[in-house]
Amino acid sequence: MADTRKTAELGHRELGLTDDDVMAMYRQMMLARAVDERMWLMQRAGKIAFVISGQGHEAAQVGTAWPMRRNQDWMAPYYRSIASALAFGMTAEDIVTAHLAKGDDVSSGGRQMPGHYGAARYNIVSLSSPVGTQVLHAVGIAMGAWVRGDDVVAITTFGEGTSNQGEVHEAMNFAGVHRLPVIFVCENNGYAISVPLAQQVGGLSVAARAQGYGFPGVTVDGSDPLACYAAAREAHERARRGEGATLIETIVVRLTSHSSDDDQRRYRDPAEVETLREHDPITLFGNRLLVAGLLTTEADMALRAETKAEVNQASARAEARPEPDVAAAERWVYAEEAT
Amino acid sequence: MAELNILEAIRAAMDEELERDPDVMVLGEDVGRKGGVFGATDGLWAKYGDKRVLDTPLSEALIAGAAMGAAIYGLRPIAEMQFADFVYPAFNQIVSEISRLRYRSNNAFGLPMVIRMPYGGGVHGALYHSQSNETYFTATVGLKVVAPGTPADAKGLLKAAVRDPDPVLFFEHKKTYRLFKADVPDGDHVVPIGSAEVARPGKHLSIFCYGYMRFCALEAAETLAREDGVEAEVVDLRTLRPLDLPTVLSSVAKTGKALVVHEANRFGGFGAEVAATIAEMAFEELDGPVTRLAGPEVPGVPFHHTLEDWFMLNPAKIVEAARALAAY
Repeated sequence: MADTRKTAELGHRELGLTDDDVMAMYRQMMLARAVDERMWLMQRAGKIAFVISGQGHEAAQVGTAWPMRRNQDWMAPYYRSIASALAFGMTAEDIVTAHLAKGDDVSSGGRQMPGHYGAARYNIVSLSSPVGTQVLHAVGIAMGAWVRGDDVVAITTFGEGTSNQGEVHEAMNFAGVHRLPVIFVCENNGYAISVPLAQQVGGLSVAARAQGYGFPGVTVDGSDPLACYAAAREAHERARRGEGATLIETIVVRLTSHSSDDDQRRYRDPAEVETLREHDPITLFGNRLLVAGLLTTEADMALRAETKAEVNQASARAEARPEPDVAAAERWVYAEEAT
Repeated sequence: MAELNILEAIRAAMDEELERDPDVMVLGEDVGRKGGVFGATDGLWAKYGDKRVLDTPLSEALIAGAAMGAAIYGLRPIAEMQFADFVYPAFNQIVSEISRLRYRSNNAFGLPMVIRMPYGGGVHGALYHSQSNETYFTATVGLKVVAPGTPADAKGLLKAAVRDPDPVLFFEHKKTYRLFKADVPDGDHVVPIGSAEVARPGKHLSIFCYGYMRFCALEAAETLAREDGVEAEVVDLRTLRPLDLPTVLSSVAKTGKALVVHEANRFGGFGAEVAATIAEMAFEELDGPVTRLAGPEVPGVPFHHTLEDWFMLNPAKIVEAARALAAY
């Protein structure tokens, strides 16, 4: 049995989370990392053309997605949303399959680049590459739910660089006007590819903009899944009560280069790059679980081995899936008549 | 049969579709209490409420992007761009997102949605209230593009657009809104997308047109018949994408001469596609050069009435172009 004094310090019970819940969150973060690391290996091995990573964002993504109800709520993700997509129902195999661009990939059937998450079956909107467009889609889904009177909340995620797009402003303003049930999650990792926050955001805070839209904006530690969960749960409840949108700015760390085509050593301070791993949310949360007595070193090792094995199996199955059929490349430009 | 103008026909189509299907909604700038700057949605807000007939902020990207989100969710939104000239902030949503969603998701998602846009000049709207910018969208795979020229077609095509499983851009020539009244069939009048119409049969040359140009081409055909004994066949394309090739080609086979008319500028315009297709697929039928009559190569319709008159196509200009082609 875990020591109740120690577990109390974690503070998860006040949030309505059980010990099992927090361990499941930790596992979800770890699985996302394992899939992500596998993508890089496959890219180095020449199996995948391109990787864009979510490493360092896992706590923010798992925490903010956790209150969302599967197959009822909706998500419009972005290209780092690997943990969010898993939390919404995509499997490790779905994600590896999409990265390998296999013919039966649920996101696009091999038509889109890696990192373009989406799956109708999990209520995850298909993602494109121009950044910020998805924020309007989440607002449109929230508008649809509001028009129909449905109990549905939409969540959308994006980086702090994307927060400067006009479409994001248009989306947030409209959500504010009609108190739409939508949660905006900015994952602020301090860099828009190479350009740092100070050259991207005039006021240095994305969350502060919410005031102008008439809804709360909060900043949370994106390496703490429980803080992210608490903010998202409150936002989810607000949305369901008809009180409207919330903007959550999670302060995260980008552990990798922007993508496999980038080398962050060209523009980040070497000392900063060297110490990045000290901010790894998985290590930080794992340490807290150890201190709280919910996790032992042995159990942690076992969990790592287990998620790695899951990714191994997922990868093997994904690699065996069929390639896309060129004969079908012209299909689904428009709806086709049922035959 | 009811006698309606095009504006009334468009309003009737939206009214009937809102009535028929609770998933249909209208959104745009001033579409609510005011009923739209042209009055297209007049009365709908009072009848269907402020959620299903929704006034948006001045945010065109929002109008398109939120309509897309709503369509993903399962609604059938009819979005209004106040003027086609103001669609460009929404260009990213229309071209990067709306046109490609079905393809990029391998048919997991589809978008049953309509974007209505008043286009065209001749209403003293100058450079930014007169544009005929349909070519940007006819060049975009994944969209359907419709431009009616009669009240019956406006109503029937808009109803078809609302029911279509794919995104339809619906271009309404604003000069035609109150230009004339004509019979609109009673009941659930639906005109299929993708079908052109021979608006006036003829044998000496074919005039291909759409929107306001149908009205002008029919007047021109009257003059040609009366003054020249030239029987022009007027083909109203009605849908620009997908183009009704069989109707186009069979008209060329009949007349041997093709004149393509549109108000948008000539270079790279929609007429180029029609002309190239005819040249490619009906070469043996041709008895003269495929000819285009289009708006001038200036960035927009200039304001002063003499300048606007210089810009606009009209029946006289069509008669002139048709005479030259008929005499070839």
